[in-house]
Amino acid sequence: MPFEELLAEDGRVEPRDEMPDAYRRTLVRQIAQHAHSEIIGMQPEGNWISRAPSLRRKAILMAKVQDEAGHGLYLYAAAETLGVDREDLLDQLHTGRQKYSSIFNYPTLTWADVGAIGWLVDGAAIVNQVPLCRCSYGPYARAMVRVCKEESFHQRQGFEILHTLSHGTPAQKAMAQDAVDRYWWPSLMMFGPPDDDSPNSAQSMAWGIKRFSNDDLRQRFVDMTVPQAEILGLTLPDPEIRWNEERGHYDFGTVDFTELFEVIKGNGPCNAERMAHRVKAHEDGAWVREAASAYASKRSSEAVA
Amino acid sequence: MTSADYVLGLADDALVSAQRMGWWISRAPQLEEDLALANIGLDQLGQARSLLSYAGTMLDRTEDDLAYLRDDREFRNVWLVERPQTDFGVTMARLLLFSAWQRELYAALVTSSDATLAGIAGKAVKEVAYHLDHASQWVIRLGDGTDESHSRMQAALDAEWPYLDELFEGAPELRPAVLARIEQVVAEATLAVPEVAPVVGGGRHGLHTEHLGYLLAEMQHLHRSHPGATW
Amino acid sequence: MRDWPLWEVFVRSRRGLSHVHVGSLHAPDAEMALRNARDVYTRRQEGVSIWVLPSAEIVASDPGERDAFFEPAADKVYRHPTFYDVPEGVEHL
Ligand SMILES: [Fe+2]
Ligand SMILES: [Fe+2]
Repeated sequence: MPFEELLAEDGRVEPRDEMPDAYRRTLVRQIAQHAHSEIIGMQPEGNWISRAPSLRRKAILMAKVQDEAGHGLYLYAAAETLGVDREDLLDQLHTGRQKYSSIFNYPTLTWADVGAIGWLVDGAAIVNQVPLCRCSYGPYARAMVRVCKEESFHQRQGFEILHTLSHGTPAQKAMAQDAVDRYWWPSLMMFGPPDDDSPNSAQSMAWGIKRFSNDDLRQRFVDMTVPQAEILGLTLPDPEIRWNEERGHYDFGTVDFTELFEVIKGNGPCNAERMAHRVKAHEDGAWVREAASAYASKRSSEAVA
Repeated sequence: MTSADYVLGLADDALVSAQRMGWWISRAPQLEEDLALANIGLDQLGQARSLLSYAGTMLDRTEDDLAYLRDDREFRNVWLVERPQTDFGVTMARLLLFSAWQRELYAALVTSSDATLAGIAGKAVKEVAYHLDHASQWVIRLGDGTDESHSRMQAALDAEWPYLDELFEGAPELRPAVLARIEQVVAEATLAVPEVAPVVGGGRHGLHTEHLGYLLAEMQHLHRSHPGATW
Repeated sequence: MRDWPLWEVFVRSRRGLSHVHVGSLHAPDAEMALRNARDVYTRRQEGVSIWVLPSAEIVASDPGERDAFFEPAADKVYRHPTFYDVPEGVEHL
């Protein structure tokens, strides 16, 4: 079935189907960027594994950061069905030719940041990712189904951390509020620029890669989050948030995208550290990867001989 | 009757090991290995929590009290697990020695007359069998991989070997089986069994290397900064 | 230096069910592929048995020949039980 017909019927495109080059390129770029975000996203939270304040929290956090490695892995595999190699994608990440989500260029300064990331960052990611489970490209959609199943635990554990802190000592509550103050606006930026300013969105919607606009998803996230903040007993740092009866949505203030663009350009607080950490891990591991390949080829030539 | 000190020794081995293993998550040589090392760290942390909770029933303290509020002189882990490790070969050499020993130990404890300990051992013995397998796979590949990996793996093994002896303190009967297993892997890896003198460790009596203090400072700092808080 | 080869992973979620394709991963050889599959794809008790095979070894039908491959089965309605009228009152058929 030709590509256009398939899309018109809301069918799924599978790896060996014919597809326009631009569709393939867009998917590779988006899936790779998504995969990069998952693995760079291990760092800010990984930063607290050694210092988690209880053994229960330490176990949860290790499992969570491990899940993010798994998400990266599933997504690289989805990208590879389009004819690219993971090694090449990693190379593009390491040389700065492909991006990852800017949210991970913010530092985790206190334990409460681990809570704020789970609640807000994973929460925003879920809002972005749930529609991707119905993405027109089969392998990407299937990877997202697996990812989304795992994500709900991430958001809950973040919420639980903040809930415990905000019902704890005054110092703990202040820690929680400070984290939410710092992570709220960057979380809203995770949905990308406003619709009028998002040139590629229309094409992605037509291709069934994207199902909702940036602004729609951002609104959905705000609507979901505001009542949860009330239950947490924490305030969101936006005096303009109020329920709009007419729209049936919460109104909220204008996101300052100049900051987002600065961070994307590489001027965020942690861009350099995140890249250096990632590149060092990859380079330090080269001898291990080579050794395993060498061992495998010795064994297979023995088997042939 | 098992002594709390004995249980703390096993608990601290697992806890300190898990603390070191957690460092690898986001730093492994390959994405698949990030997941594998995290699984091992999570198993070790789980063992530590069960054992600390059990010790806690004898001492009337919680697992977190014991993990976060003891000083290094009160920790009972062996030196093998507490030293820094940022080289994958070292981590695999150490895991080979540690899990080979744990495997024999827990297999023996499964039939302990202490039902709680036997229960913990029954779960742990399956976990450490997997750790031992993982370490063996890697030691063999690194030993019999490239020239570079061969010499790095040999150096790693040489560096960890002196700390093997301390594991047998109080249970020398485990030594033959543990050594047989390790030596079999070392041979398959085309490596040499190190001929180095053992270090006289004192971990079981609360005498540690200088490294443990730093590890605990990092691990305990937040918990101790908010006395009495819940997390 | 190229990455390790790609492997496809199939997991039997419980006894009595077939192995189902769950995803792929990179591994230097078959033994490590199996272990990696355990660590990546069964962290939440998703399986009781795993198969791995090199992705390069899979022989797949060509989507361009889909019509020739699968159309001919479309008109064999008599292969399906709902094709047949069963008189009222007949049970266990
Ligand atoms: Fe994720
Ligand atoms: Fe997540």
